Amino acid sequence: MTTLPTHTEKKLGLVIDLDTCVGCHACVVSCKGWNTENYGAPLSDQDAYGANPSGTFLNRVHSYEVQPEAGPAQLIHFPKSCLHCDDAPCVTVCPTGASYKRVEDGIVLVNEADCIGCGLCAWACPYGARELDQQEGVMKKCTLCVDRIYNENLPEEDRQPACVRTCPAGARHFGDLGDENSDVSKLVAERGGVDLMPEQGTKPVNKYLPPRLKDDYTNTGDIDILAPLLEPVAPDAKGILGWLDKALEKL
Amino acid sequence: MHPAPSIILFTVLSGLGFGLMIFLGLGMPSPTGLSAFIWFAIAYILAVGGIISSTFHLGNPKNILKSFSQWRTSWLSREGCLAVATLLVMGVYGAALVFLNMRIPLLGYVGSALALATVYGTSMIYAQLKTVPRWNHPTTSVMFIAYAVSGGALLAGQVSLAVWFLPAAALLQLFIFLTADGRFGAAGSKIASATQLGNIGSVRQFEPPHTGSNYLMKEMIHVVGRKHALKLQIISVVLLFTPVLLLLLPFSHALALAAVLAHVAGVIVARWLFFAQAEHVVGLYYDKR
Repeated sequence: MTTLPTHTEKKLGLVIDLDTCVGCHACVVSCKGWNTENYGAPLSDQDAYGANPSGTFLNRVHSYEVQPEAGPAQLIHFPKSCLHCDDAPCVTVCPTGASYKRVEDGIVLVNEADCIGCGLCAWACPYGARELDQQEGVMKKCTLCVDRIYNENLPEEDRQPACVRTCPAGARHFGDLGDENSDVSKLVAERGGVDLMPEQGTKPVNKYLPPRLKDDYTNTGDIDILAPLLEPVAPDAKGILGWLDKALEKL
Repeated sequence: MHPAPSIILFTVLSGLGFGLMIFLGLGMPSPTGLSAFIWFAIAYILAVGGIISSTFHLGNPKNILKSFSQWRTSWLSREGCLAVATLLVMGVYGAALVFLNMRIPLLGYVGSALALATVYGTSMIYAQLKTVPRWNHPTTSVMFIAYAVSGGALLAGQVSLAVWFLPAAALLQLFIFLTADGRFGAAGSKIASATQLGNIGSVRQFEPPHTGSNYLMKEMIHVVGRKHALKLQIISVVLLFTPVLLLLLPFSHALALAAVLAHVAGVIVARWLFFAQAEHVVGLYYDKR
């Protein structure tokens, strides 16, 4: 049913710490691994070992360079997967009812048995969270590892999304963002978690923690104790080097 | 957005077919017998041909019957329901004309209204998308309807109407070409809002998440061919105005055919640009538009 629920009992989602993410792509690999072997159609690759490889992924890590007005540029790794929006535009556009948002936990899922692979949900998503598998012709998206988080066959510590379980930096957190006393909600409140592209009105459940302020090396003196040794060696070259310098200048 | 030939053909052909049905339903013209069969065959070949073409865009077409189920929220589902309803009503109306030489006006008017609603439904598949600001605008629906009505009038031989509708559609297209470029900027999504990193400084892509291409980039970050956009816009508008001149000349079947071909070619070029020039906000994550 593509009518969005007015209220979900829980709002399960991820909190991604942009300060902590080191850009190792381990979450990308573990996501691909788990979701290829479990829920729904496998995540196929095309021309995997050829000249133009591509494939289906439910989670991808972008990297951005942010240049402040003063000081050095900052490199920020930016994992992106489905944000399980409260007002998910991908669900309402679905003609078959394959896309739906669960009332019990707010997870947005695709029932692949109903999907016609029209791609309209991927067009409706501002975040690029949905990819049409080129082998199966059905829409793939993050399931929040719905087959792990409730799976009593797994040890309790493994009952969280594969990306969260695998993150070596602890940059990904999983929990109920509808419960203001949950660890993830406290983290969002404490660190000022934000919504991506709020102007699209999608009300994402997943939140992003902005990078903390960086230390400013200009306040602490030299960048490095070796810095004075990095002065130009021959500011006023003489002899053959001097001639070479002038000759090269004239070119 | 990727200008998929299947989708361009779908929107252009089914728009023309349903446009012709609008006029057939209104009894303009009101043929009977074999002549009615030919009129309705043309309308059905265009409308159904367009719809069949659209199924080539589907990854998993075997579930197509399920796509009539979600009309409460989905414009794609509504469009499918409306199209089938139109084809059924116009089928009965046409069969009465062909086999019984009888025109049932009420059925025709209902069919016309449904045909018009179908074209509106098609337009809303695109116009509803906030993620594509170029489409997310009332002119998208007006443009689809303008093409259906002007192309339909032309095909239906309603010259006295077509000479007004055709230039109106061409002027509307010109207006869209002149104004649509600013919509992405006006919608306000930028790499800063996409990443929420703008309060630190200016954001640019350092490294993409994958070295090759992917579905998102092929489907939604289509930049090939925009280079010639201005030339194609001029070609399209010239082609869209051409039938008006041809219709004002003394009537001949050759000129009428040329007018139809020029109109269809103009709409195809404009529709190609409709997709190729449309920018999806997901491109911001790739620092592309």
